[in-house]
Amino acid sequence: MKPQTIFDKIWSNHIVNENSSGESIIYIDRHLIHEVTSPQAFEGLRNNKRKVRQPEMTLAVPDHNVPTTQRNQGIKDSESKIQVETLIKNCKEFGIPYFPIDDLRQGIVHIIGPEQGFTLPGTTLVCGDSHTSTHGAFGSLAFGIGTSEVEHVLSTQTLILKPAKNFLIKFVGRLQKGITAKDVILDLIGKIGTAGGTGYVFEYVGELIDNFSIEERMTICNMSIEAGARAGLIGPDQKTFDYLENRPLSPKGKDWEDAVKYWTTLRSDKDARYDKVLEVDASKIEPQVTWGTSPEDVASINSKVPDPNLFKNAEKKKSVERALNYMGLTPGQNLNDIDIDTVFIGSCTNGRIEDLRKAAKILIGKKINPAVRAFVVPGSGLVKKQAEEEGLDKIFLASGFEWRDPGCSMCLAMNSDKLEPNERCASTSNRNFEGRQGRGGRTHLLSPEMAAAAAIKGKLFDVRKI
Amino acid sequence: MEKFTKVSGIVASIELSNVDTDMIIPKQFLKTIKRSGLGKGLFYEMRFDEKGSEIKDFILNKEPYNRSKILVSLENFGCGSSREHAPWALVDFGIKVVLAKSFADIFYNNCFKNGILPIKLSENNLLTVINHSKNPKNNLNVDLQSQIISGENIHINFEIDSYKKLCLLNGWDDIDLTLKNEKSILDFENTNLKKWLKPQHQL
Ligand code: SF4
Repeated sequence: MKPQTIFDKIWSNHIVNENSSGESIIYIDRHLIHEVTSPQAFEGLRNNKRKVRQPEMTLAVPDHNVPTTQRNQGIKDSESKIQVETLIKNCKEFGIPYFPIDDLRQGIVHIIGPEQGFTLPGTTLVCGDSHTSTHGAFGSLAFGIGTSEVEHVLSTQTLILKPAKNFLIKFVGRLQKGITAKDVILDLIGKIGTAGGTGYVFEYVGELIDNFSIEERMTICNMSIEAGARAGLIGPDQKTFDYLENRPLSPKGKDWEDAVKYWTTLRSDKDARYDKVLEVDASKIEPQVTWGTSPEDVASINSKVPDPNLFKNAEKKKSVERALNYMGLTPGQNLNDIDIDTVFIGSCTNGRIEDLRKAAKILIGKKINPAVRAFVVPGSGLVKKQAEEEGLDKIFLASGFEWRDPGCSMCLAMNSDKLEPNERCASTSNRNFEGRQGRGGRTHLLSPEMAAAAAIKGKLFDVRKI
Repeated sequence: MEKFTKVSGIVASIELSNVDTDMIIPKQFLKTIKRSGLGKGLFYEMRFDEKGSEIKDFILNKEPYNRSKILVSLENFGCGSSREHAPWALVDFGIKVVLAKSFADIFYNNCFKNGILPIKLSENNLLTVINHSKNPKNNLNVDLQSQIISGENIHINFEIDSYKKLCLLNGWDDIDLTLKNEKSILDFENTNLKKWLKPQHQL
């Protein structure tokens, strides 16, 4: 048989039907839903008297729109409340498993999927959310879809798709001390641009990836979409299996053995063909921070805000000018001299236990700058509980951070956690678009360690010098 | 879904690359549980100031561009969030066609599900359309059947996937089409679904 990539293998194992113009009906094994992109899909089902084909292959949780303080008082914002209640009602009506807001298992969809063992290697997994690419860290072909497609999956358990192209991203060399997975992915997005991956599925390989923990792999795959890729994939290995074994929803006993046997066949074949290959020298990567309004506007913390005139492409020059204007920055300014007002640690990129441990390590015995408001929003109730068992909450609180309840929070600022106009934020989330964290808010993306350093210093700062 | 055949109308140009879906429809409009009524939120933060007053020189606020049916932009249009609220807002505003050098994948797919025709154009053709749009008297015609964009001194052939074209022309609903294959789905489930694949929920 022709050598195959992991993408090819998963794809060919899920074809229900192929039509003449190259579109296929692809079976979907896992469907995560949340309150923001699903109500219209359920409405569509009702209007057409359709059912959910595989309710138990679906899992629902409210995350985007939930408050992160005073949960016991319910949701105050009436529209948010309606959205969450609509999700509950829809799940009841259609028999879909659902984690309520006061359940320990509630959290960001992309954190709870893996945590529960709902995410599995070799599966196709979708969600009405672009960061579904996160689950690729397990060797699951996982990608974001729109609401019409959510409805399509609910009623048919399939999607109509064309195969993506294969893009191999190969890391060589070792990371310098103090460099994180977030720096690696930001650096990559800077190199290939936000449209560099359009039409492709990324496959990440190299010793670096093998050595990364599952959490670090999730950070990498999470932001694949920020480089335009439909999905990111990492071949499953022993670490993947160890992470998933004994999770509530992962297979058990003989089923587990059968599953692992299958999963070990998933890694790409040696001579598999890729449409594109990029080799990245990991040893050159420095701590990264964004300076503009697109994740590709990124640079080493030890460099300067770029001069728009140095961009050859006229269009890019214009967009850099616009970005600097929005961000309130001047060309030539040192990135590590930029004062910040707010620090946000959380999101599906960096809201897992390992991220919190790493940030807390920097904060032990230190106080944050008094001018800074800083808060941690754990990715799930279970992450929060684990962190409290390890005493991380105490470290955060003692340093001056707030300790919140789980959700998306200031990653997209749909709840009340938002920036004021011109407020500047060091954020571990994944998007620095205009207005993303609040109208007029200015976002600098960075790693949890760098966020902790920024909180201490009150400005963007190289964590290695703390 | 309504059938898409021909569109003729005013073109508004937003000469930016990487127009993201947060820009097209900011998050405060995602709290709805409906598909309709999102036109008022389209490009909200570019169209309205902090007090909610119209920003006069934003293209979609200007006569006659406030009645545009066609939008033209640059590279990587619709990147970022998967929110289908972006095409819903465009449709509700009256936009039927989006022209750009390239589109982000999810947005591109979402357009077809809502009767919007996204068309990829070369840089030269894009510039021609942008220049043409500067004259508020100029209409542009987009004919899906013949795959031609035409107007005053403009004649552009465009490419589109044949299956997507068929769906738009007929206003077909994807789910109906897929359900015609229900037997294949059932066969797939009976033969291919591994036993360990069904999660055992404990709720
Ligand atoms: S944390 Fe942010 S990126 Fe992740 S799912 Fe929530 S809103 Fe989307």
